Amino acid sequence: MISFTLNGQEVQGEEGQYILEIAEQNSVEIPTLCHHKALEPAGMCRLCVVEVFDGRRTRFVTACNYPIWEGMDVKTDTEAVHQGRKLIVELLLARCPTVPVIQELAAKYDIKQPRFRPEADDCILCGLCTRICDKMGNNAISLTGRGVDMKVDTPFHVQTDVCIACGACAFVCPTGHIKLEGITRHALKQIPYEYNEGLIGRKPIYIPYAQAIPNAPAIDRSMCVHFKTGACKICADICPANAIDHNQQDEIVELEVGSIILTPGFKPFDPSSLQEFYHHNRNPNVLTSLEFERILSTSGPTTGHLVRPWDQAEPKKIAWLQCIGSRDIHRCGNGYCSSVCCMYAIKQAIVAKEHAHGELDCVIFNMDIRTFGKDYEKYYSRAREQEGVRFVKTRVHAIEEENEKKDLWIRYVEESGEVREEIFDMVILSLGFVIPESTVKLAERLGVKLNHYNFAVTEPFTPIETSRDGIYACGVFQSPKDIPSSVTEASAAACAAGGRLAEARGTRTKREEIPDEIDVTDQPPRIGVFVCSCGVNIAGVVDVEAVAAYAANLPSVVYTAYNLFTCSQDSQELMKEAVKAHQLNRVVVAACSPKTHEGIFMDNLKSCGLNKYLFEMANIRNQNSWVHGDTPEVATEKAKELIRMAVARAATLQQLSEKRIPVIQRALIVGGGVAGMNAALGLADQGFEVVVVEKEENLGGLANNLTTTIDGSDVRVYLRGLIEKVTSHPEIQVLTRSLIVGFSGFKGNFTTEVLVGPGMYERKIDHGVVILATGANEYQPKEYLYGKDPKVMTQMELAERLENNGADDLNHVVMIQCVGSRNEEYPNCSRVCCQAAVKNALHIKRLKPDADICILHRDIRTYGLLEDYYTEARQLGIYFVWYDPDDPPVVESSDNGVIVNFQNHDLGYRVRMVCDILTLSAGMQAQDTEELASIIKLDRSPEGFFNEAHVKLRPVDMSTEGIFVCGTAHGPKLLSESISQAYAAASRATTFLSRSYLTLSAVTARVEAEKCAACLVCVRSCPYNVPKINADGVSEIDPALCHGCGVCTAECPAKAIELNWYEDDQIMCKVEALLEGVL
Amino acid sequence: MPCTGKVDVLHILRSFEKGADGVCVVGCLEGDCHYNSGNLRARKRVEQTQKILETIGIGGERVQMYNLSSAEGPRFARIAAEMVEKILELGPNPIKRAKETAA
Repeated sequence: MISFTLNGQEVQGEEGQYILEIAEQNSVEIPTLCHHKALEPAGMCRLCVVEVFDGRRTRFVTACNYPIWEGMDVKTDTEAVHQGRKLIVELLLARCPTVPVIQELAAKYDIKQPRFRPEADDCILCGLCTRICDKMGNNAISLTGRGVDMKVDTPFHVQTDVCIACGACAFVCPTGHIKLEGITRHALKQIPYEYNEGLIGRKPIYIPYAQAIPNAPAIDRSMCVHFKTGACKICADICPANAIDHNQQDEIVELEVGSIILTPGFKPFDPSSLQEFYHHNRNPNVLTSLEFERILSTSGPTTGHLVRPWDQAEPKKIAWLQCIGSRDIHRCGNGYCSSVCCMYAIKQAIVAKEHAHGELDCVIFNMDIRTFGKDYEKYYSRAREQEGVRFVKTRVHAIEEENEKKDLWIRYVEESGEVREEIFDMVILSLGFVIPESTVKLAERLGVKLNHYNFAVTEPFTPIETSRDGIYACGVFQSPKDIPSSVTEASAAACAAGGRLAEARGTRTKREEIPDEIDVTDQPPRIGVFVCSCGVNIAGVVDVEAVAAYAANLPSVVYTAYNLFTCSQDSQELMKEAVKAHQLNRVVVAACSPKTHEGIFMDNLKSCGLNKYLFEMANIRNQNSWVHGDTPEVATEKAKELIRMAVARAATLQQLSEKRIPVIQRALIVGGGVAGMNAALGLADQGFEVVVVEKEENLGGLANNLTTTIDGSDVRVYLRGLIEKVTSHPEIQVLTRSLIVGFSGFKGNFTTEVLVGPGMYERKIDHGVVILATGANEYQPKEYLYGKDPKVMTQMELAERLENNGADDLNHVVMIQCVGSRNEEYPNCSRVCCQAAVKNALHIKRLKPDADICILHRDIRTYGLLEDYYTEARQLGIYFVWYDPDDPPVVESSDNGVIVNFQNHDLGYRVRMVCDILTLSAGMQAQDTEELASIIKLDRSPEGFFNEAHVKLRPVDMSTEGIFVCGTAHGPKLLSESISQAYAAASRATTFLSRSYLTLSAVTARVEAEKCAACLVCVRSCPYNVPKINADGVSEIDPALCHGCGVCTAECPAKAIELNWYEDDQIMCKVEALLEGVL
Repeated sequence: MPCTGKVDVLHILRSFEKGADGVCVVGCLEGDCHYNSGNLRARKRVEQTQKILETIGIGGERVQMYNLSSAEGPRFARIAAEMVEKILELGPNPIKRAKETAA
């Protein structure tokens, strides 16, 4: 350790350090232009000159490369030093009069005009570029020439191959003199930032995106200079945690597993093969849908400002072209529908309109709008009717660049047959899904069969099983689908995979030893405050040491520490020791966000024997150092205030006990259709007991009326086998002709009262979870002479008729789509009717090839792989004619058959067809579940389908924990989709049933009975219907049901309810601590 | 706070009582509440608090509710700046002024 004097202060440093380093550590500012912490100092700019007194005389030295020694006396702010620096700046200003950084320095030293002859250079010969080039292991540039001729140059003054265009020289150059173009012979391009679709660049070391897991930087080996030259390694030198190891190698790890789930996903279609038509990458105003998604995103390259890349102007008119890379067998061979593009295009149009400052005209050019998901049609209607998004039924073959502003010209044919032309500011290509080549290779290695589009081959009744036993597929790899369906299918795959592992469950788990909890109830608070530096994340801005010193003087604080990384293993050990040594009974960590780290610290508290709720965090990183980097002093003050608040709250915290409740390991399934039975098997195969309650006499539900699936699989054979499996399974008990009449309890502990037929005796069933699989019905049409003319029938009736009577007598068949769907009464799409129509039409064609079939539709929604059947139907000569919902077909009976009158928009005149059978594609209607919903308290949509807790994140959970939904009870869907969803519900149910106990959060509301006036405000305001007025006439909140949101506590007029861990005092004391001394 | 639905009129009023010049309540986007509707209730309470503050002469504009998602950092910064500007325009909490005058 070396001690010396710096501006009269005693300071210390290590042998070998330079004055500049010590000055920086002690917040003494010394100007410099040629210093960089990654490089050896060179003393080139001389600006860091300081005065050193060695006991005999005063010398002027450069601080950056003058080593410290014991007893030296350094002065950085004397008049002589100031004059010396001023002269250097004056000389630099004469040399580089136009360089901003020099101009700023000149202003600081009050130099208006240099006394020396001005030159027109912009290089100050600091040598940073040449030194960093050397550090990068390249030596492509060096300082050449002597005296006044000295300059930075390449050998022989020509562009060089030696330069790898890493850009380090330009990055460090303080004046902007270095231009890579003059140095390298390689093409200059930024590294495309994948997260932003390459719209902006990134560094070779980067965090993939803000929410990445793990949220740590990665080094891109293909771009990192070290992996090219073996040099650099600046990151490793700088990383305070020593976390960077350039020698890490890929390793092959062997795992023993019982099942494999394949979720390799997709890549978006690459539109470069269609560049001649759509100009992507040629015209900057043509963006892919994913690129546009980034433009709309607040975390994207324009922070959500809607501007077009060409001129950064806000567009006034945007066109979306649907089905780019989908439903296109001619130009890319992808015959399938990607299923999601219609919805995302509508979403983008609505969001773009929200982001636009003026009028924005959004037009979606489509062949069909396929908003077939639950409630999606309502979104489409909103876009059209309320948001003014225009939808044009046409496929745009090509676009043209209109002018030098890169506007885009589109010529198209309207529904009415009229040719129109429009000019757009931007065109968005709605890209479809493609299975990448790497997945094809993976499937080959695993022996998993792929179909002709490279999606995994699965069967309709085992939709998640691949061709190889024990390997499951879900997500887009299984077939194109959206997020809710992917999440559902993922749960389903987990269930199927888990079924194979049932015996091995829990055999390889390890148990953590946790000491007994110390009772701190009567102890006065002894608070420990741990301030984190988070490497340089916090300490680079906030004076962590000063903050810790401040915290030490706060009330009840008996211990403070500051660590490099409080969350690191060794810091956690130190925390444990501190808790023990200082008998801490409350802990405050001032670091990052509790969202990511609260759990880690709470666990550490537990391992110290402290209750985990005796903990509080102050977020001095995300909400402080990261956002106030420019004002370190203010950030330090803010950190102190945040800690003052946290300490105030910590002192009020009480230990809370988490209730453990046993789980009844039995499931109740309501409904014995295909969904209910599959859910039952999914659970029973894992070894859980299941009770299936069916109100009809027989199992099977709606599937009893089905014959075959569109690919020809026999539903009746399947159903027989399924019923046999369910009824003979030792873990499954089936109650038919049974009605649910009573329900009580909470997750893990429900009791249901059932009236069991035929005797209708009452039974009480205790169970841990509920799966709702009450199914749906085919709509009974009131339209188009249904029920009046025997030749008018529904698709389901037609299927049965074809099965029983064949099609010999059928010469003309007309089908009308969307009967009882997509209208005012029932605004949603019924999802299955388009494929049902195509299925039956193909069946007729197979039985009677010369039959004329005409399908009148509004959009044909054969999503995903079903599109192949639609293509086949058109190839077989089945007519598909679009009708306008405002001008629907008109139907009348006659002796010769049913007469159908409709407008043919392609031909431009009205058509009158006489048909042997008129088939109505009647939609799906929810079963009458009103009573059930009121008994179990279930949320339903206006159409009577059960509402899931969250469309994307919890697609089969109901908002009441422990209750799940599957099949058509959730919304219209195909048989295979019901089966997947049934397995998904079983999977989610397993998360409860596989545990013998549930640990409940202690953050729940509790009522102080004596204050309660039973005013019912809490009963009405609770989003989960938890509070009840009990036998004593006061409100009672069951902690097992409470979600801990605190709404009731804020609404209660008598302030009779408190939320544990967020009691009013615990919140208010923070407000008071923050505002301490303001008044 | 687990949810803006937990924000009590009392919490906001206490802030002003203790000398805050402004209060900003920031919740999830409407329709995206983790607890279904907490943010809608919070908005009503903020509106109610605005009325109280207006009546007692502190000024209703000093408390505002905003809705945004956790991915909207830049918007949050804009909102913070906007709020600061508004409060600077309104000047210090009248209680503070009254105390200073009294002193």
